[in-house]
Amino acid sequence: MNAPPVITAPVPAGLAEEAGQPASAAAGRRPAGWSGLWLGLVLPVAIALGWEMAIRTGLIQGRLMPAPSRILGTLWGLAVTGELWMHVQATLARVLAGFALGALAGTAMGALSGTSEVMRRIMDPTLQALRSVPSIAWVPLFLLWLGIFEASKVALIAGGVFFPVYLGVAGAIEGIDRKLVEVGRVFRLGRLAMLRRVLLPAVLPSWILSLRAGLGLGFMFVVAAEFMGASEGLGYLLVDGQQMGRPDRILAAIIAFALLGKLADGVLVALTRPVLRWQDTARSRL
Amino acid sequence: MFVVERLTKTYADGTRALHEVSLSVEAGEILAVVGGSGCGKTTLLRLVAGLDRASSGAIAVDGEVLDGPHPAVGIVFQEPRLLPWLTVAGNAGFGLMELPRAERDERVADALARVGLAEQAGRWPRDLSGGQQQRVAIARALVARPKVLLLDEPFSALDAFTRASLHEHLLALWEASQPTVVIVTHDVEEAVALADRVVVMRPRPGRVFETVTVRSGRPRDRLAPGFEKAKRRILNALDRSLKTPADKPQADAGGAELWW
Repeated sequence: MNAPPVITAPVPAGLAEEAGQPASAAAGRRPAGWSGLWLGLVLPVAIALGWEMAIRTGLIQGRLMPAPSRILGTLWGLAVTGELWMHVQATLARVLAGFALGALAGTAMGALSGTSEVMRRIMDPTLQALRSVPSIAWVPLFLLWLGIFEASKVALIAGGVFFPVYLGVAGAIEGIDRKLVEVGRVFRLGRLAMLRRVLLPAVLPSWILSLRAGLGLGFMFVVAAEFMGASEGLGYLLVDGQQMGRPDRILAAIIAFALLGKLADGVLVALTRPVLRWQDTARSRL
Repeated sequence: MFVVERLTKTYADGTRALHEVSLSVEAGEILAVVGGSGCGKTTLLRLVAGLDRASSGAIAVDGEVLDGPHPAVGIVFQEPRLLPWLTVAGNAGFGLMELPRAERDERVADALARVGLAEQAGRWPRDLSGGQQQRVAIARALVARPKVLLLDEPFSALDAFTRASLHEHLLALWEASQPTVVIVTHDVEEAVALADRVVVMRPRPGRVFETVTVRSGRPRDRLAPGFEKAKRRILNALDRSLKTPADKPQADAGGAELWW
């Protein structure tokens, strides 16, 4: 029998924290850079160029289908006058407020449903049924209950965010690997320690995915919300464009929605990437 | 001393996985448990680890009766079961969170050095090979300094070369603190290479069929005639255990001894 090797290596920095430095091999993996961004622009730019050429060559009429250059001009005009930022700010505030409420409620109820069989049996059938109700069906009720101002809009968005988060959290908890929980049991973790050290990290990837899905739905629901008598917001810009017969304003608002949604998702991904850096499949999922 | 006294496990559907299994293992002894499928080897370890509850019987370490997971007992599973969100060091020190950080870091660094993974302390489990992951799992179990270490076919998924290397690492770690080791394996050569005694179990319900004592210093020469003789003795016992009718009592719980 060989004698155990003498320890010569210094205590690695990774010991300082449970979740230490990423592996050198993993550190070599860089996130999608500019090349990825440019690739993502190929399709919309190609569509815009084709569209522009079709209008300029008279292949299609530009009255109801304005050229991209005109839409960009409208967008630029709205940005320069500050009107765009006012609408973006209003929409963003509503989405964030609704997202915060919906994500909080979805996480809490998803956790209850996932951890307690009794609670799941009580809550799940009702919530699954409510999930099937179209968002627009809630509008009259929310207007009656909460009035025409911000509360009804935020409530509608929160409702949209709630369901994917609820389903994601409940499903993730039900799907936690029993074998990992047993590791915690072997080391006699109490309920809180088990929650903090095993259960929460285990559901984190699914929770973040559900938040992303919820945020996306939040941006969909804000349109319906801003159709409910808003005087500002990108949804209002859509209605305004329709009433004034300005398809360029409608399309400018749609583009602003797309950019804002993508930006918000990007921020969420960037904020949550550090806590998922251990994942083997992080890049493909994010 | 680690004692299992008339341990029986009957599942809710009436299946008897274990029937009155009794074992007595000296402190620092390595005991291997072999047997055919369904003979309750893994059930036995899960009961001792406190992951399942016995229908009857008792488990005691140094006179203290165990009732659930206990710091005196550590376990290494068939698969490494590393927590993917913790680094190698985080996994190895998973059971030491109550210790002061300096002591924890020192113990983890020591254990990782002994399994040859000191340089990998900051890496994620995903970056390790299967053999390296299992070494981390062994370090995680031993770093808590259990009196009894249970190993549930820990090397079964590994190739022969890695397995032999891990045997050396395991014995190096065992020599450092000399815990009592109970290793479940389906590899008779592994049992003879590692164990002081080999318990052969028989299935339906699981019970001790025969015990073979292996008296030889370590490291053991796998080409020595005595090694081969011990293997044949155990294989013969395994063969007889599978042919023995379920209701017939165990053949030889007292044990036959082999020297070389």
